[in-house]
Amino acid sequence: MSDIEVPVLLDYVPTPELHPGAMAGLKPFKASPEHQAALGFPGTLVDDWQEVAIRRLGELVEGSRALRVYLDSCVKCGACTDKCHYFLGTGDPRNMPVARQDLLRKVYRRYYTWAGRLFPWLVGATDLTKEVLDDWYSYYHQCSQCRRCSVFCPFGIDTAEVSMAAREILDSVGEGQKYCNEILGKVHKVGNNLGLPEPALRNTLEGLEEDVKDATGVDVRFPVDVAGAEVLLITPSADFFAEPHIDGLIGYAKVFHQAGISWTLSSQASEAANFAMFIGNREQMQKVAMRIREAAIALKVKRIVVGECGHAWRVAYAFWSTLIGPFDFLDPRYPRPQHICEVTEGLIARGALKLDMSANDDKVVTFHDSCNVARATRMGDRPGGQFTVPRSVIRSVCAHYVDMDPSTIGDRTFCCGGGGGLLTDDLIELRVKGALPRMQALNAVVQEKKVTHMAAICAICKSQFTKVLPYYGLPREMVVSVHQLVGDAIVLGAKE
Amino acid sequence: MSAWTLVYAVLLYVAFVVLVGGVVYRVAIYAMTPAPLRIPTMPAPRTRTGVAMRMGREVALFASLFRGDKWAWIWSYLFHASLLLVLLQHLRYVFVPVPAWVVFESPFGSYAAFVLLISLVGLLGRRLMIARVRFVSAPSDYLMLGLLLLIAVTGAWMRFVGRVDIVGFKAFIEGVMALKLKPLPASPVIMVHVGSVVALMLIFPFSKLLHAPGVFFSPTRNQVDASRLEAQAEGAPQAADAERGPRTPAPAMREGVR
Ligand code: SF4
Ligand code: SF4
Repeated sequence: MSDIEVPVLLDYVPTPELHPGAMAGLKPFKASPEHQAALGFPGTLVDDWQEVAIRRLGELVEGSRALRVYLDSCVKCGACTDKCHYFLGTGDPRNMPVARQDLLRKVYRRYYTWAGRLFPWLVGATDLTKEVLDDWYSYYHQCSQCRRCSVFCPFGIDTAEVSMAAREILDSVGEGQKYCNEILGKVHKVGNNLGLPEPALRNTLEGLEEDVKDATGVDVRFPVDVAGAEVLLITPSADFFAEPHIDGLIGYAKVFHQAGISWTLSSQASEAANFAMFIGNREQMQKVAMRIREAAIALKVKRIVVGECGHAWRVAYAFWSTLIGPFDFLDPRYPRPQHICEVTEGLIARGALKLDMSANDDKVVTFHDSCNVARATRMGDRPGGQFTVPRSVIRSVCAHYVDMDPSTIGDRTFCCGGGGGLLTDDLIELRVKGALPRMQALNAVVQEKKVTHMAAICAICKSQFTKVLPYYGLPREMVVSVHQLVGDAIVLGAKE
Repeated sequence: MSAWTLVYAVLLYVAFVVLVGGVVYRVAIYAMTPAPLRIPTMPAPRTRTGVAMRMGREVALFASLFRGDKWAWIWSYLFHASLLLVLLQHLRYVFVPVPAWVVFESPFGSYAAFVLLISLVGLLGRRLMIARVRFVSAPSDYLMLGLLLLIAVTGAWMRFVGRVDIVGFKAFIEGVMALKLKPLPASPVIMVHVGSVVALMLIFPFSKLLHAPGVFFSPTRNQVDASRLEAQAEGAPQAADAERGPRTPAPAMREGVR
């Protein structure tokens, strides 16, 4: 905790002076040859890496309209330059979204455009050298793919698309990132990110059943692999053991219990997260997602509900239809897939849950909009439901709720600082500094509105906040799952 | 007929072909490149009409840029709007006879030249003075602004200061369009003006100026938020939300959440 220069919290987040190269040296650990091989990537930097990388870049551009249009269209207007939390936290100009894109764009221009082939110096095109490759490794692993920049760009240029492509190129030449690729290996081998094998999972869930019984006297079940259940719950594996995630899982179980909805987890698909999105690899993404379709069919469930996980909800909401659809085997009377907050909000609206708000009377709660939920998905049936549905759930179970500064929530929300496959200790300096804008906004409501808790609906956000809050002098216990608030307020067994 | 007439006529033909051909080629490539995954920046419209309106706000009002950077919006909005007025004014060199609405628009188009100049200076000043923008600027970014400035200055000079043979110039353009060459008036200002326009036309399909067609193809802006509808098989009943019971709508956007 000592050797990181933690930014000081002011009344606002100042646009920093430029410190070129400040973060150039920060690189996450590289994936070992075994981890690379498990995903079909070369183990170490291949000899003809330059050729391979350039070829892969060409293929990616040909396969993605987004990438092609975005590499062509940027006018260097600068509107995005002060929008990235990593730039605001570090002052490294390469963390400005446009400069991050330019690392790839300058190579694309050099090899794939006339202007760059003929007049590289004029249009800022450069050869793909080892230094450039190293820069890619550094700075494309300093982007959480939060898409905040794309909100403000006049052309909607999405830096996340660029950084996903860059990571895919890095993987294809043998320079994978340890954290993501190791985790993907575990998903394929064991079924979840944590590498929690089935017996351990069952054990944990039995323990939870006992805990809830002890606390409430009610038999709330945490079923696994129950064929014929109505709902298959797909949730991040952090929900099985991490704090404060696990209290969220208890909350889901209480909701299902109280509403009388039969549900099950799957040991085959005991993970909602899909880190293949972070490394920009569509085959992997499909493979990881396919487990869920298979599990749903095997268990003959009628609905798939996704737990509190930001990027998983993006993959489920926006990508599943392309990757593993159609979902004609599911009940058409429900959204396919459905978010746990939609389930709870619907039940509350229908009066199917008895709630005692006083359980949360000791708290003043604010809500952190997770970037993937906010800018890549929806809940409910109106645009913006991803903001209103979770808030509506919180307000139903908690009397004291306040929002943070409007410029830091909704679709302008700031990333927690740990998204996009960066939630690893080798990037802790980046994570602490990148959390600055959110910490500033949180601190402001803590000071002015006496906020005691920040609720979130993303496993990564929750883990990241628990880790970085203390750096800013805020208690880590502030972070709660939305469904922890729900779970605490549900009056069990009091069905009308 | 002077050699200059021939040179400029050929340049105009080449520039026209490169501009139109280049942009059509590029647009065709954009259109043919697959966009398999749904990536609209949310909240996104749920219907095609909604998307058309979103695109309209982007193209006509630069809505996202407005949210992002007020000064960049002011300069670039003034620039694009005045450029449009000036271009419309130039239709008098293309149409014979000049349509009434072009005659009507003419004074606006003429005076828009000053706004054009001011906005270009504003854009250049921004690029030079803000360290963040300077950091991401390549020589070509300055060059394009320089070229536009040159075009605007020479154009405004011809319109408001110096006297040039506009009638002769119009005859030259008509000749070019009819493939029957008439002499280009021997005026250095006209030559610089037309020469830089030709240069800009040549650069267009190979540079960031492709943002003009590009914006229409941006998946984050032009995609409908319909992933969950696509998730059902064709002809299946529309996904509802039976959880809520019979039609209680989900809560609407509240204040402070935008
Ligand atoms: S806002 Fe868009 S066009 Fe402007 S510099 Fe950033 S990426 Fe480029
Ligand atoms: S996607 Fe997020 S992290 Fe990446 S450059 Fe944009 S604002 Fe920064």
